[in-house]
Amino acid sequence: MTSVTMQPEGVAPARPTVVAGFTVNAASVRLTLDPRESLLDVLRERLGLSGTKKGCDQGQCGACTVHLDGRRVVSCLTPAVQVDGQAVVTIEGVVAPDGTLHPLQQAFIDHDALQCGYCTPGQVMSGLACIAEGHTTSDDEIREYMSGNLCRCGAYVGIVAAIREVADRAEA
Amino acid sequence: MIPAEFNYEVADSVDHALSLLAGYGPEAKLLAGGHSLIPMMKLRFARPSALVDIGRIAALSYVEQDDGHIRIGAGTRHHDVHHSPLIEAGCPLLSFTAGLIGDPQVRHKGTIGGSVAHGDPASDLPTVLLALDAEFVLTGSGGATRVVPASDFFKGFFETAIGPEEILTEIRVPKLGASSGWSYLKFSRRAQDWAIVGVAAIVERSNGGIGSARVALTNMGATPLRASSVEQALAGAERDAIPAAAAMAPEGTSPTSDTNAGANYRRHLADVLVGRAVEEALGGP
Repeated sequence: MTSVTMQPEGVAPARPTVVAGFTVNAASVRLTLDPRESLLDVLRERLGLSGTKKGCDQGQCGACTVHLDGRRVVSCLTPAVQVDGQAVVTIEGVVAPDGTLHPLQQAFIDHDALQCGYCTPGQVMSGLACIAEGHTTSDDEIREYMSGNLCRCGAYVGIVAAIREVADRAEA
Repeated sequence: MIPAEFNYEVADSVDHALSLLAGYGPEAKLLAGGHSLIPMMKLRFARPSALVDIGRIAALSYVEQDDGHIRIGAGTRHHDVHHSPLIEAGCPLLSFTAGLIGDPQVRHKGTIGGSVAHGDPASDLPTVLLALDAEFVLTGSGGATRVVPASDFFKGFFETAIGPEEILTEIRVPKLGASSGWSYLKFSRRAQDWAIVGVAAIVERSNGGIGSARVALTNMGATPLRASSVEQALAGAERDAIPAAAAMAPEGTSPTSDTNAGANYRRHLADVLVGRAVEEALGGP
């Protein structure tokens, strides 16, 4: 799948490229990629899906969290070539086709779980996974399993309340 | 932050990965979860000529057991180590520690083999595996394997016993018995941070006292370290010997100073955390 072209001396060598196919929010994409491109950059710069945010670009803040084959991952540390054959879900895939917010998105609004909103897409993607993984038995457990998502505005109290509300509703 | 250029290859088997490594030479690196390597490449601390992706080799992801050991495929993700009932039953120290690594997103990608092979002395799993007297299976060309004990594996800062044309394929961990108590304590400021200092302790209890103890340290030198003086002082000792033994924790260490902590502070932390970890491993009076 990789092609490296040897060039005569004095000519800049062709950059190695790799073709990768995967789905984003159930739509198939097929791209010729520089292996250096992160999934985050591909989502934002090549697919126009700017809901996923770039915070630190170093795997420390969680703003770029997406789901990869159902697991939450940070897209900044995921080379896009590596998701060949996998299914990516971003914040754009969470809202209903008619624009109705997902219950967790609505709960974030109801509980004032954001101020500037930059970390919110990552918080929502991580929160959905936190609920799906069953790590919502107590506020402490929610905090521990949301520890990969930083909020510089400090909306943590509201974030925990929003996740708890949706988790409790799912259980009821 | 964009890494320097590299070629990318997907290996569909260990043999295939070995032949790709041989073809690209010593400047190629293996890619598993990538959560240690990719940040280093983005900062251009690492500039491999090629990445050989072994993250899709399903045969490297498993947890099995035999009479005395748990055998874990090197490609098993931290999340799966953390949630494995076999590891929970046979070696709860390991499943507990896997749940402390980074944050949930990191644990969904990072692998036990990647953590071991990276050889970062600030990582949690190498310390715990050193305390557990784990063994590492290295596979070379033609499928030849050799087994290296953890005590001979970590050679220096980001340096291990893995040869240029070898792949770490399995981690073998002796099961803990019913008389074994354990603890891993990690001091860090945020979930995502490396341990400023970490301590693994395993205590074989004997008549309410300590029969023997194994103690290992995270981020107190160029490699994970066994605290041999502490272990000797605790052998056959009673509970009241713990503070004096813990005070020996800094012996033989060479901690660094960085933005998180100075070397003296790390030595102090090692003393305090060893005392607490051994107490916790010994259990209530």
